[in-house]
Amino acid sequence: MVYINGAASISPQNSINFDVFLKGMKVYEDLFLKSLTPDYKKYMKPIEARRMSKTVKNGIICSQIAMNEAEIEIPDAIIFGTALGIVSDTEKFLEKMLYDSERYLTPTSFIQSTHNTVAAQIAHKIKCRNYNFTYVNRGFSFESTLLDAIIHLKEGKKNILAGGGDEMTEHYYKIIKKTGMFKQDETKNTDLLKYETSGALCGEAVSFFVLSDDKKTETYAELKDLRMFYKPENNSEIISEVELFIESNDLQCSDIDLIVAGYSGNKKEDEIFDNVLSDKFPETPAAYFKHLCGEFQTASSFALWLSGNILKYQKYPDFIKLNARISGKISNILIYNHYFNINHSLILLSEA
Amino acid sequence: MTKKVYITGIGAISAIGNKVSENYESLLAKKSGIGAISVLDTVHKGEIPVAEVKLSDKELKHKLALSGDDALTRTALLGITAVKEAFENASVYDIKKYRTGIVSATTVAGMVAREKYYLDFLNSDFLNEHVNTFEAADSTERIADFFGIKEFMTTVSTACSSSANAIMTGVRLIKSGLLDRVIAGGTDALSKYTLNGFNTLMILDREKCKPYDNERKGLNLGEAAAYLVLESEETVKKEGKIPLAVVSGYANANDAFHQTASSPEGYGAYSAMIQALKTANLKPQDIDYVNVHGTGTPNNDLSEGRAMLKVFNGKVPKFSSTKAYTGHTLAAAGSLETVFSVLSLQKKVIFPNLNFQNPMREFDLIPQTEILKNVKVKHIMSNSFGFGGNGTVLIFSETK
Repeated sequence: MVYINGAASISPQNSINFDVFLKGMKVYEDLFLKSLTPDYKKYMKPIEARRMSKTVKNGIICSQIAMNEAEIEIPDAIIFGTALGIVSDTEKFLEKMLYDSERYLTPTSFIQSTHNTVAAQIAHKIKCRNYNFTYVNRGFSFESTLLDAIIHLKEGKKNILAGGGDEMTEHYYKIIKKTGMFKQDETKNTDLLKYETSGALCGEAVSFFVLSDDKKTETYAELKDLRMFYKPENNSEIISEVELFIESNDLQCSDIDLIVAGYSGNKKEDEIFDNVLSDKFPETPAAYFKHLCGEFQTASSFALWLSGNILKYQKYPDFIKLNARISGKISNILIYNHYFNINHSLILLSEA
Repeated sequence: MTKKVYITGIGAISAIGNKVSENYESLLAKKSGIGAISVLDTVHKGEIPVAEVKLSDKELKHKLALSGDDALTRTALLGITAVKEAFENASVYDIKKYRTGIVSATTVAGMVAREKYYLDFLNSDFLNEHVNTFEAADSTERIADFFGIKEFMTTVSTACSSSANAIMTGVRLIKSGLLDRVIAGGTDALSKYTLNGFNTLMILDREKCKPYDNERKGLNLGEAAAYLVLESEETVKKEGKIPLAVVSGYANANDAFHQTASSPEGYGAYSAMIQALKTANLKPQDIDYVNVHGTGTPNNDLSEGRAMLKVFNGKVPKFSSTKAYTGHTLAAAGSLETVFSVLSLQKKVIFPNLNFQNPMREFDLIPQTEILKNVKVKHIMSNSFGFGGNGTVLIFSETK
């Protein structure tokens, strides 16, 4: 059994505290959603806060909160999933190198820019010499992290610190926008699903979890199962993946009390969710989350934070509802996400 | 649950050869691939030696019968080349016959293309397909799509230990029963970004690197791709294959000391070696040869050497670094050295540590400097350590 015993997320919403989060969503009208800045002084020395980039700092804070909740000091493994790594430091070094023709460079931003910085810095900070890993596979980065954590617990480990996150910068957005994947103009997040324009609303967040083999009174949820599938050829392949996933967990689609779907505002590819929901879950209450955090490769980590809290506290706010169906007792949540129809993932959570 | 995970095929392209047999010949001929920069476009040409694959992107494409228009990075091209050889070597022709996944490592990813077009992307309306090749997953997806791998894919990036970790993940995925076969390894092409990054750290030797030598001045960067076909015991039996080796031990530990330097005592390295021996159920004295990480930097070789002295209780087995042949190929280093280790097990040879003259003043460790043939090589340890304190140790054993 795999239990989520600690969970924390730093996102464009007030996600550091679920009670505050429930009170209302942050409204933005911007090109992409940016994470809120925590009070770094509360968590680290000023020199550390200055030296480290946003994702590293937020990763350290989230991991600390998750470990405090799970009442552990040293996990048996630290695993992080990030598609882009530390974009801000990568750009700093790359731009200086290109503008100054490979001269006058200093190592700081290069050192910070490697993909494994978050997991490594957490290990360094808490002096954890155990397994340390970083997965960087687009929309499978966080899912690979979860899978690795699940295998570790099967192998006999006790507590795994697993996280996911990506950051967006002005320059990265300016370039990636040209592909047409993302919204070209300022977008109001509260109206995300009303836009007829193509492209997703871009965003960012970092989340960390402690996955453990034993249940505690404060446990969020049981992580039942996980499935990734890549570049499905058509809708029927998607439907059969969903069916197989539910069946292999001895459930029926009607056993799912809430679906958390990865609607991104990208009309054409959001139809994939419409199809699955109408075909397999016509009566099921459904929610969405990317108007809260935006679209990015590791957005499912925010969805896991959200869903874990929903199961634990048995409530969710109106501003995530996709339909008016009412959930009674919430025992099973299915998170279905895809990143531009390349990486699809299914995560099944159950009440612990 | 499968008990053993076998290596049934190997593929490699590096500065010392475009396929495994060419690499082997160079290793035996003591022929290093390190030299002046010829392919990479950089101001450091002529100043910093590197170990480049001697084929242009166009030539790599041509060899794979790919059209010139495909937006494939050098990282992806090297990867496809090595994976193709590994699948052929393992006689894998029908990908869908078993649950087959890919676990690929890279550190540079699409930076090789991005650094060429970045300022145009940023400052003008210019756009080409390489706007999409930046992510680390790009090379993995290109390889997966080329061979039709759909069941599972992931990408690992843990600096210099990346592909050793990819192998470890591949083994664990098979042992957990999720997959029957995994193509595991890593690919890294040389980029200006990496070259300048390491240059600012002042750990690049201006001459050929001298691992474990007292006068060592740093590493040489290299580029390579190397992959292995890993298969479960059941699949090997069903197919009636004779495997090349078994992955008997593996461990990943963190030094938790510094972002770019190893602890002088080599805590992480020690811990990884001890745990790898434990998973292999072997004693230190069972190891016949260690393919050390041995980058040639003052810090790595001291830290790794001290850790080995502790692990082996002063009686360190034969060891050598092959990085004076191939350069430090970063995300490909662990899998390239695995390919060399498999060759050692198969051919009963130990490859030498080039450019070694004087033992380090801190200890009397002397690497193997001459080729040893017809030696007993039953169990090999392969070390990979990197930035962020990431360290991984693999142990490969004979299948007999």
